[in-house]
Amino acid sequence: MNVKIKAPGSEYVARDFLVKYGFILVTIISFVLFFSSQETFRISTTFFSMLKYTSVVAITGLGITFSMAVGGLDLSVGAVAGMAVTLSAMTMVVYDKPAIVAVGLVLLAGALIGLLNAFLIVVLKIPDLLATLASMFAIMGLKLVPVNGRSVSSGMMLEDGSTAPGKFTDGFLKIDGGQLGPIPYAVILWMSLTIVCWLFLTRTTWGRAMYSVGSNPEAAMLAGIKVKLYRTLAYVASSVLASISGLILASRIGQGDISAGNSLLLDSVAVALVGTSVLAMGKPNAWGTALGAFLMGVVITGLTIAGFPYYGQDVVKGSVLLLALVFSFTLSRKKSRFISAV
Amino acid sequence: MKKSLEIRSVRKSFGSNEVLKGISFRIEPGEIVSLLGANGAGKSTLIKILSGAYTEFEGEILINDQPAKFNSPLQARSIGIETVHQKINEGIIPGLTVAENLLFDRIALGEISRFATPAKLVRESKEILKELDLDWNESILKDDVFNLGIADQQLLLLARALSHNPSLLILDEPTSALSNLEVARLFKIIQRLRTDGVAILYVSHRLGEIDELADRIVVLRDGVIQAIQSKPFNWEDALHEMLGISLNDAQVAQDEQRGASVVLSIKDAQIFSEGKQWSLDIRGGEVTGVIGLLGAGKTELARALYGVDKLKSGTIEFLGESYRPKSPIDAIKKGIFLISEDRARDGVLEGWSIANTASLPFLKKISSGGLMNFSKETDLAKQMIERLNVITQSHRSTVDSLSGGNQQKVMVGRWLIQDSRLLLLDEPFRGVDIGARREIAKQIRDLAREGNGAIIFSSDIDEILESADRVIVMVDGDIKYDGYLSNTSRNEIIKKMSEVA
Repeated sequence: MNVKIKAPGSEYVARDFLVKYGFILVTIISFVLFFSSQETFRISTTFFSMLKYTSVVAITGLGITFSMAVGGLDLSVGAVAGMAVTLSAMTMVVYDKPAIVAVGLVLLAGALIGLLNAFLIVVLKIPDLLATLASMFAIMGLKLVPVNGRSVSSGMMLEDGSTAPGKFTDGFLKIDGGQLGPIPYAVILWMSLTIVCWLFLTRTTWGRAMYSVGSNPEAAMLAGIKVKLYRTLAYVASSVLASISGLILASRIGQGDISAGNSLLLDSVAVALVGTSVLAMGKPNAWGTALGAFLMGVVITGLTIAGFPYYGQDVVKGSVLLLALVFSFTLSRKKSRFISAV
Repeated sequence: MKKSLEIRSVRKSFGSNEVLKGISFRIEPGEIVSLLGANGAGKSTLIKILSGAYTEFEGEILINDQPAKFNSPLQARSIGIETVHQKINEGIIPGLTVAENLLFDRIALGEISRFATPAKLVRESKEILKELDLDWNESILKDDVFNLGIADQQLLLLARALSHNPSLLILDEPTSALSNLEVARLFKIIQRLRTDGVAILYVSHRLGEIDELADRIVVLRDGVIQAIQSKPFNWEDALHEMLGISLNDAQVAQDEQRGASVVLSIKDAQIFSEGKQWSLDIRGGEVTGVIGLLGAGKTELARALYGVDKLKSGTIEFLGESYRPKSPIDAIKKGIFLISEDRARDGVLEGWSIANTASLPFLKKISSGGLMNFSKETDLAKQMIERLNVITQSHRSTVDSLSGGNQQKVMVGRWLIQDSRLLLLDEPFRGVDIGARREIAKQIRDLAREGNGAIIFSSDIDEILESADRVIVMVDGDIKYDGYLSNTSRNEIIKKMSEVA
């Protein structure tokens, strides 16, 4: 039976429009603004290199999207990406193994850390934020042990006095450096992963189950959803995605920089949060995260080109995030639901 | 100091909803008055007014025949009214020691220095505990309150209330967390307070306790006092007043169904650790109504059958096979579905559409290889909306935007349109309007008619009379009556419910 209940009042129409499309509008306006005012911004290589730089944060943000979808938050993603940088350098430079081994090891390590996080959260029942905070510190410290706290670069002196035999292979360096036509591989990877995650979260039963766990775990359990399994899956996905962005980062830096990934956590949480306000979704989602990362990229790149000092960037990121949160929480009539674990 | 309490024509509304419609009664010093009422009768509202939590109301409260005005719980305390609330965790402050919790009010008011040594706190605490004959030693007093058992936490709250030497004590369901032994200890304390001249308002659903303790009972229904009785109590009358006069007695069991085949067989079951054991067969083809007051063990039984919790003891057979569900997943696989008691807490997913909510337990059925088939999901939702007559704009509307009755139709309907063999409905009509209630009840009967089992757990006698064929009366986890409605009467059911243990 279809009955008209009530039409939303006209005072809400403008507001609802703003909540729904406001963020996309902000993105378009920023883009147009920089495009028309900055000549450098109009060069297509600028555009693609901007996307390339954004891809690391964006892919890590996809991971955050998963942990947020089950009602948690994975604070270890930056550390996992940093671990990936050191581990791939160790494998190729110190042990002289081919790139494919490095990639395999990094992904495996990412999956294992995800399982460990899930173990802390699901079995030991430590709240998400606290568990992943602890594992963040542990990972950041542990990755320094085999390299004696030093960055790994080719030709470096090893402990026994010999020179490191290997180097970052050309193939590995292509992850970040290579491109298909004008499009960098990293961007293709970002887009492909966004599509995969989007399909997973919106088109599969597993994604639906994850959202139900994040929305109301008790109701999900009573509906026969395996709550523990889906929380585990989400944390594994989060860590694996973070290790993929670590691989891009390693390929970009070309050495095992021990400080790599340090700033990644906050940026990726920000883009995932921004993503929740896109189209008034009110929940973490893959395309929202991608768009959030894109907007951050546009604004930062545009301002950098315009000569805005680098130390002001965080102020801009903070303002963008704040704007998105105002859309989600203040203006929206729908209650936004994520990070219930906090 | 001995004080009497009088409540005179107290009215309280929330918006257009009048919850208390002119309440007047009196408690003398040294008297225990028990307040009796079903859910939504207005008990909690009255307690909140007396404890100073609600300050906006009509009418008067008189202490020793003098009008009393208090604008906060603190002021209520200062004129001698102490309340021990039902929810223990609202009174206990975790992270503080037992002694600090006992003395919390006095520390907060600055009567005891914030910098008092633990030894001083222990000394002060022991003074309080002496009054109650509680012998908690120093190591207990210095321990985190979290390490106390729930019963001892309850006693702690009582001790704290008594440390202010109240002349009026309000106890809201004080025994719901206590074992028999602890209840006995609590009663001894309450009896002594009565001798000391304290006026006590005792709120409980356990008739046995009230029978033992109270001097008078006040029966509340729909915000109106229905009756006031003095000892000896006529429980049958009291329950009649509490549950209301049925307008549709004549309608009962118009087309009573008698089931034949046993669907579920429970043997030697025990719901509470101190309860009696009983056995029960649930038959397909009829609607079984389990009636009992709050805390009778209905929800515990429903959740055990659904695999959420476990019975204290007993075995279950489902369709002749041993049935030991480890989780709702096991129950759902067998076609045993639960509509749980608290819709908002256990059912509604905020912001989720009707279609998504309806399909959640059956994601496998609307997908292949994990990929969802949205048109199947939509069909399912439309089918449910049509069959249960859910009033909504579309299947994409969110469940939380629907009225209570329509929300409940979705909660019930999502299971009904699947192959249900045994439907467990815990308070399915709470907060549901009469139209939706009839609609849902009809659907349950239709399901049963096809040979399936259906159990409605309710504390509302009229709901059971209207929707069940067979009625089981549960009191304190024990079965007091089991029979078909046509063989019994409303009066007899109430009599069984009022059987004091």
